[in-house]
Amino acid sequence: MRRSGRAALSVLCSSAVLLTASACGSGGDSSASGGDENTITWWHNSNNEPGKGYYEQVAKDFESDNPGVNVEVVAMAHEDMVDKLAAAFQSGDVPDVYMERGGGELADHVEAGLVRDLSEDAAEEIEKIGGSVAGWQVDDKTYALPFSVGVVGFWYNTELFEQAGITAPPTTMEELASTVETLKGAGITPASVGAGDKWPAAHYWYYTALRSCSEDVLTDAVTSLDFSDPCFVEAGEELETFIGTEPFNPGFLTTPAQEGATSASGLLATGQVAMELAGHWEPGVMQGLTEDGQGLGANTGWFPFPAVEGGDGDPEAALGGGDAWAVAQEAPDKAVDLVKYLLSDEVQQGFAENDMGLPTNPAAGDSVSDPALAQLLEVRNAAPFVQLYFDTAFGTSVGNAMNDAVALLFAGQATPQDIVDETQEAADQEK
Amino acid sequence: MTSPVTAAPEGTDPGAAVTRRAEARRVTPRSGAGKRRQRLEIAIFVAPALALMAVFVVYPVYSAARMSLYRWKGFGPLVDFVGLRNYVRVLTDDVFTDAVVHNFIIVFASILVQLPLGLALALLLNRRIRGRGLLRTIIFVPYVLAEVIAGVVWFQMLQPRTGLLETILGSVGIPVPEQGFLGTPDLALATVFVVLTWKYLGLAVLLFLAGLQGVPDELHEAAQLDGASWWQVQRRIAIPLIAPTIRTWCFLSMIGSLQLFDMVWILTGGGPANATTTMATYLISQGTQGGNFGIAGAASVVLFLIGFVMAVAYQFLVLRRDTKEDA
Repeated sequence: MRRSGRAALSVLCSSAVLLTASACGSGGDSSASGGDENTITWWHNSNNEPGKGYYEQVAKDFESDNPGVNVEVVAMAHEDMVDKLAAAFQSGDVPDVYMERGGGELADHVEAGLVRDLSEDAAEEIEKIGGSVAGWQVDDKTYALPFSVGVVGFWYNTELFEQAGITAPPTTMEELASTVETLKGAGITPASVGAGDKWPAAHYWYYTALRSCSEDVLTDAVTSLDFSDPCFVEAGEELETFIGTEPFNPGFLTTPAQEGATSASGLLATGQVAMELAGHWEPGVMQGLTEDGQGLGANTGWFPFPAVEGGDGDPEAALGGGDAWAVAQEAPDKAVDLVKYLLSDEVQQGFAENDMGLPTNPAAGDSVSDPALAQLLEVRNAAPFVQLYFDTAFGTSVGNAMNDAVALLFAGQATPQDIVDETQEAADQEK
Repeated sequence: MTSPVTAAPEGTDPGAAVTRRAEARRVTPRSGAGKRRQRLEIAIFVAPALALMAVFVVYPVYSAARMSLYRWKGFGPLVDFVGLRNYVRVLTDDVFTDAVVHNFIIVFASILVQLPLGLALALLLNRRIRGRGLLRTIIFVPYVLAEVIAGVVWFQMLQPRTGLLETILGSVGIPVPEQGFLGTPDLALATVFVVLTWKYLGLAVLLFLAGLQGVPDELHEAAQLDGASWWQVQRRIAIPLIAPTIRTWCFLSMIGSLQLFDMVWILTGGGPANATTTMATYLISQGTQGGNFGIAGAASVVLFLIGFVMAVAYQFLVLRRDTKEDA
């Protein structure tokens, strides 16, 4: 009963926000988590070492720099955190500092009055981070500070490529198709994809769309939710041709992305397939899926998604995404200081040294020790723009419909036009 | 909290009669204080169950029904009232209608396959054969196994190329589908059903066996004296006598099939190409994954109504016979 009482209170609070456009709880209301002004709750998903210990140390350092402030750090497994955050948003009892993935999801949270505008309070940090902040801006205001932004590309097994006699990774879709043929000729399954989880399959479409559509069309689509440009259909046709080369592991339609040795990542990590389209997290995931904890080790290679001939997109543009620290609307001011501290040169350097991700603070760029991550960092920094994963950018509702349709294309049960139609239909519900 | 039973005027309400009868059984039927105490007792014993029911059944049903009338993303107040639009979307969505069809395929396949199979096994295991205890255990173990663990084990066994099943089938020359059993849209639902049968057959056998033990030995003996064969005894005596058990099992199986979620979620996640979606997987993928809580709410109300109508109809048409016999 206590819970529903609280939910009712937060509903009242939220309607108050809508009516008066003033922050609820400004009068010392204690419905915000943590209670008093000097306690900050901080949720993160680095629940393994070294990340977990590092963040504990960071919290201690912050406490000693700010006497009287108490930081309650809660480390959770990623999936747990996502579930708990969803529940927190429902109840309105959001942790003071938490992770936002940006895009449409963040825009929804902003609209519901749950996230604090950091544009002025953290102006210095925002300027330092630069272009990466774009994914966390709504109406030119910045609501979260990205601390790790990575890009998606093909991770491959250099040994298997060598074995098949492939000397250079493909740079165009045609070359990718012939790479697939060569690998198959050598008796190697070319690629794995976790189409069972849908988003790994959808990443292929995001990328062919990124290569087929110009930056303007994509940027425009995010705000107008209009997918009528023919480049979106071309993207699907390009992908359909690639799927036609049958590059994927048997049973890929129900293969999960990352769980266990038979997942898409597991198949790459154990040398069952030669490549997989995945994000910057892949080496870490593969390490967790091999007994020696090495993943592909020295055989880890990476190449960017190939260019689409005749496409309007920049072949250097990258698909990516990341995590940002956000502050709850009702959090104490000290929480903003904590987030600023988390983006400081010092903390970001430590973050990079521990290979916890791809830091956004340029001062930390040189501290990344993992060669694969260091290579990605270069690609990211050289990219003319980083397109946020479409499902995040368009919000969960549209993104989910889009991912479902792409998964159907992989199963041969949808056409390129269907992807656009399904996405447009879901998007029209948003308008 | 007062119980409705005691609120009724004396003598007119059958509930009061029950109360009085219960009271009569007590050592000293005292007036006033005793009665009050008894009301209190009823209240105390019933309250926890009612409270749990209210919190975990009534409130969720109410909140899902309310949610289904709004467009809601899972946070913030319910403000975007859309009337019945979510229902229209759900009922015209091919994925949902296919899911309903899948649910009903499972409902009927379960009864058509598991009932004869379970009955046959129960009749067999009711005979005095060697290793009966062991066989009973083997059949019942899958049911006791945690659903998730069983699901993960089957998922690994069904993996194409590396899976155990494919190795076994391959070694005896049975061709296996290129994409594996779970990865082929035409085979996925049947495969899921086979796993479900393996998992839940134990319950059917257990219930039927318990029913069969209740059949008096004298009847068997009398029939045998009359020269009835084993098969005749089973068909004319044992099975008719455990009919109430069979009807109850059918009911449980039906409800379970309508709510089917965990095994499907683990084995296929509703895929490939929506070939194995059920109403429950649909509402999870729309709700928590797609952020369309209104649509998920509408789907869950539809699921509730289908389940409710079927349960009431079954109660009315089939199970009523059993309760009548009792009375």
